[in-house]
Amino acid sequence: MHELAVTQEIVEILRERAGERKVRRVVIEIGKLSLILPDAVRFCFDLCAEGTPAEGALLEIIEPPGRARCRDCGGEVALEQPFGRCACGSTDLDWISGEELKVREMEVI
Amino acid sequence: MCATCGCSETKAEHGQDHGHSHDHDHGKTIRLEEGILAKNNAFAAKNRAWLRERGILALNIVSSPGAGKTTLLVRMIKDLAGRLPVSVIEGDQETSLDADRVRAAGARAVQLNTGTACHLDAHGVGHALGDLRPADRSCLIIENVGNLICPALFDLGEEKRILVASVTEGEDKPLKYPHMFRSADVIVVNKVDLLPHVDFSVDRFRDHAREVNPRAQIFPVSATRGDGLEEWYGWLLSLSGRPVAV
Repeated sequence: MHELAVTQEIVEILRERAGERKVRRVVIEIGKLSLILPDAVRFCFDLCAEGTPAEGALLEIIEPPGRARCRDCGGEVALEQPFGRCACGSTDLDWISGEELKVREMEVI
Repeated sequence: MCATCGCSETKAEHGQDHGHSHDHDHGKTIRLEEGILAKNNAFAAKNRAWLRERGILALNIVSSPGAGKTTLLVRMIKDLAGRLPVSVIEGDQETSLDADRVRAAGARAVQLNTGTACHLDAHGVGHALGDLRPADRSCLIIENVGNLICPALFDLGEEKRILVASVTEGEDKPLKYPHMFRSADVIVVNKVDLLPHVDFSVDRFRDHAREVNPRAQIFPVSATRGDGLEEWYGWLLSLSGRPVAV
């Protein structure tokens, strides 16, 4: 449900940055561990963008994978879910990828 | 217009802080690299600075609905009277019932109704701070909307995030809602007085919690019977910089 609030923020960023221009395409990053469902954002986007410069824009979503560094042994761990265990047995992980939540770029006309 | 942030206090219009120029070039790709939660995070940073300047210890209390946040809060207000002044920002979708309970317990409270939104945000909390004006060196408790998903994403400017779980929920809750459990500094396991009646092992719950968050402190308590509360208060008082009463 928070995807609606998140999508409103995306559209707001586009509206501010686009000014009088029209947004043709937007690229956003939603990390695999970010707690945001890309499909839900897609579902909300067209509705939220209606009547704004982003109306009708093509939405591209990049999903960086989850990766973490073990705080105990320094090893790198791939994360499919927002927790995991290092080969050394530790669960004390510092996430280095997968939490991204940003508007990377837009194409305007 | 709001004196805190210059907004008109309506959600759709807040935070239009234009830190950029409107150069009107055409048909080109523009690199933005802008955090989607950046606005909320900026309001949160402002709240945090405001609170720290005044030595106010701010706690963001989250849980699923019915874990006993408000019962714990009411008990804390009564037990800590004379030791630590507490004021409260109450978040609920609707009604001021919780704020009424908190006021009846003797604390000042402001109710925030989120309507259709599933979480509190830092902008709303900033306004509530202006209304509540918590005393210097007091404890401010922000009781979030009962929801273990959405509030995980929204920093409110709190010093610590407290997750209240209860033994009537499953032991595997930390694995089912890992984002929220991961974001907590403290996990209070409430309703331990009901342990004889439910299939819940505090040790197994602790193992699951450690799996997603090895750093969180865990306090098993009963907000109704009082078990474990002094340990929890001890932590709270040590953080607020006030002496623990004997």
